[in-house]
Amino acid sequence: MARIIAFREALREAMSEEMRRDDRVFLMGEEVAEYNGAYKVSQGMLDEFGAKRVIDTPISELGFTAVAVGAAQKGLRPIVEFMTWNFAVLALDQILNTASKMLAMSGGQVSCPIVFRGPNGSAGQLGAQHSTAFESYYANIPGLKVVSPSNGYDAKGLMKQAIRFEEDPIMFMESEVMYGDKSEVPDDEYYIPIGLADVKKQGRDVTIVSWNKMMKVAMGAATELEKEGISAEVIDLRSIRPLDWMTVLESVKKTNRLVIVEEQWPMCGVSSELAYRIQKEGFDYLDAPVRRITAADAPLHYAPNLVAAALPDVPRTVTLVKDVMYAKK
Amino acid sequence: MYWYELMQLIRQFEIMAEEKYKMEGKIRGFFHAYVGQEAIAAGCMTATRPEDAFITAYRDHGLALAKGVTANSCMAELYGKATGCAKGKGGSMHFFGKDVNFWGGHGIVGAQIGTGAGLAFAEKYKGTDNVSLTFFGDGAARQGMVNEVFNIAMTWKLPVIFICENNNYAMGTSVERTSNVVDIYKMADAFEMPADSIDGMSCEAVHEGMARAVKRAREGGGPTLIEIKTYRYKGHSISDPQKYRTKEEVETYKQRDPIHMVLKTILDNNFATQEEIDAINKRIDAIVDESVRFAEESPWPSDDEVLKDVYVDQNYPFIVD
Ligand SMILES: Cc1ncc(C[n+]2csc(CCOP(=O)(O)OP(=O)(O)O)c2C)c(N)n1
Ligand SMILES: [Mg+2]
Repeated sequence: MARIIAFREALREAMSEEMRRDDRVFLMGEEVAEYNGAYKVSQGMLDEFGAKRVIDTPISELGFTAVAVGAAQKGLRPIVEFMTWNFAVLALDQILNTASKMLAMSGGQVSCPIVFRGPNGSAGQLGAQHSTAFESYYANIPGLKVVSPSNGYDAKGLMKQAIRFEEDPIMFMESEVMYGDKSEVPDDEYYIPIGLADVKKQGRDVTIVSWNKMMKVAMGAATELEKEGISAEVIDLRSIRPLDWMTVLESVKKTNRLVIVEEQWPMCGVSSELAYRIQKEGFDYLDAPVRRITAADAPLHYAPNLVAAALPDVPRTVTLVKDVMYAKK
Repeated sequence: MYWYELMQLIRQFEIMAEEKYKMEGKIRGFFHAYVGQEAIAAGCMTATRPEDAFITAYRDHGLALAKGVTANSCMAELYGKATGCAKGKGGSMHFFGKDVNFWGGHGIVGAQIGTGAGLAFAEKYKGTDNVSLTFFGDGAARQGMVNEVFNIAMTWKLPVIFICENNNYAMGTSVERTSNVVDIYKMADAFEMPADSIDGMSCEAVHEGMARAVKRAREGGGPTLIEIKTYRYKGHSISDPQKYRTKEEVETYKQRDPIHMVLKTILDNNFATQEEIDAINKRIDAIVDESVRFAEESPWPSDDEVLKDVYVDQNYPFIVD
């Protein structure tokens, strides 16, 4: 049997199931307990697990992250919710200089099994300080894994995997604007290994790669292109580090063209890395340069038209695909 | 009278803006109302000079209007129009008015505490006697920034007044759930910084407390921490269901509404007649209505503004592909 549930419920089920299984797992963050989560991901969890395991923190990102990292090193398995990833930068020191490096610095003695999660990227007209997408920042850091799912089914399986089986720090990136999205999840327990992309739609002519909420743009573009007789294969990366470039390469061997849709800024983005990998490993298969569409090279402004102009959308993705198809527009 | 007029302007502006948000969807994003806290803006204004800087968090409409950012440009900013006080680029949380020494609404909790001390550093460096009024919430008082910057400001005797607007809640979290220390002004003790605790529903109390701190800062005495006990009538933001407090609690505070209290003082002491008050109210309604008209009729920023105001350098080579 399967059920239709919202993205936020899928995450909640993943956390709750793992917390029932393992009492070393706990959830910590701002407003996660009594307020039931700023975005209601942890709704009801305080009632079930109590204040020992669902913990409201002061607005002290550096402090509570450090506490969670220490607790992970000493044998617990914390889940840290950042109200959004924009606020996690206050705790970057702990993530970069402690969580990601301690295994190396201690010669393999001190590991840090911890999950950092929260919404990432833009969510409408929230202004520059609440709109940054962070995948590539953390993906640059050896020692971390970065997961960025596009739907509730993947989110649940990946989150359960992260909490239960991963012994390394996991950065788990969600989105405010996806929390209400519905998806079908099975009643039976399932896990999705981290590091595997998912081919969402088969196609012949071009490969479109994306992840997180930009998958909607990628899929929307594929639907539009279909109407014009262009068959796009669409791949959801799901995990940014490790990066499953092999799945992308296999697709490119078939389609010979690659377009990447990314919500981050262009400089040193995930698309930069993927483009490098594909030109190196798949040079002989490419019939056109690898192209990408990213957010504008600027902080996200507030005005609605400036938001729309700055972010990737379906029409521009369609145009870009036609470019690499050398099709007439 | 100035207090009454300013507080009414802030309140009526926000009531109108909230309506435009909720009823017409003309305003989007996060919107944090100042309603209930207006006496802080009023008292701080009369205790300072135009050259003194104000800097605050995202709950910034009241202080921006107080400093003299016009209602027109504030409303236009909320609408995201090119004529807004940040050209439609900031929105509700990021009002700016450098010309009137309003140094912004800031979105990362606690960040402006340090920046405000930096504004003070610049004044001291230049040898002026201007001061910096640095506002933050009770929730922000728990950020590590506080410790670092209190220490620096006290050691270097920076002319900054740290003003904690304690409205008892950080989103849904009450002050006593975030610390053992619920009297936030006591946090100054660790740095031997002068501190004060003030009733934020009273313009007089705010004015007097601020005047003392401002005098000390101007004379080279360094920073003061002022905890102002206040209350926000509205939710944290427009989307807050407010399950963490009772209606009775909100009503209790409304009994001591700063605008009503000032009005009572004015009428009891015959500082003004009811007719004069009515005239002020009318004038404010006109200003607020005009701000809506101005915002509605103003143009959107042009799309090429996306890559403007990112660098001062006009020749910066943006990546556009
Ligand atoms: C670093 C950081 N963490 C979390 C948030 C989310 N957030 C925005 S406002 C807020 C509550 C702040 O409360 P307080 O400082 O008391 O100010 P008030 O809203 O009461 O004016 C939180 C947690 C943020 N913007 N920045
Ligand atoms: Mg507060």
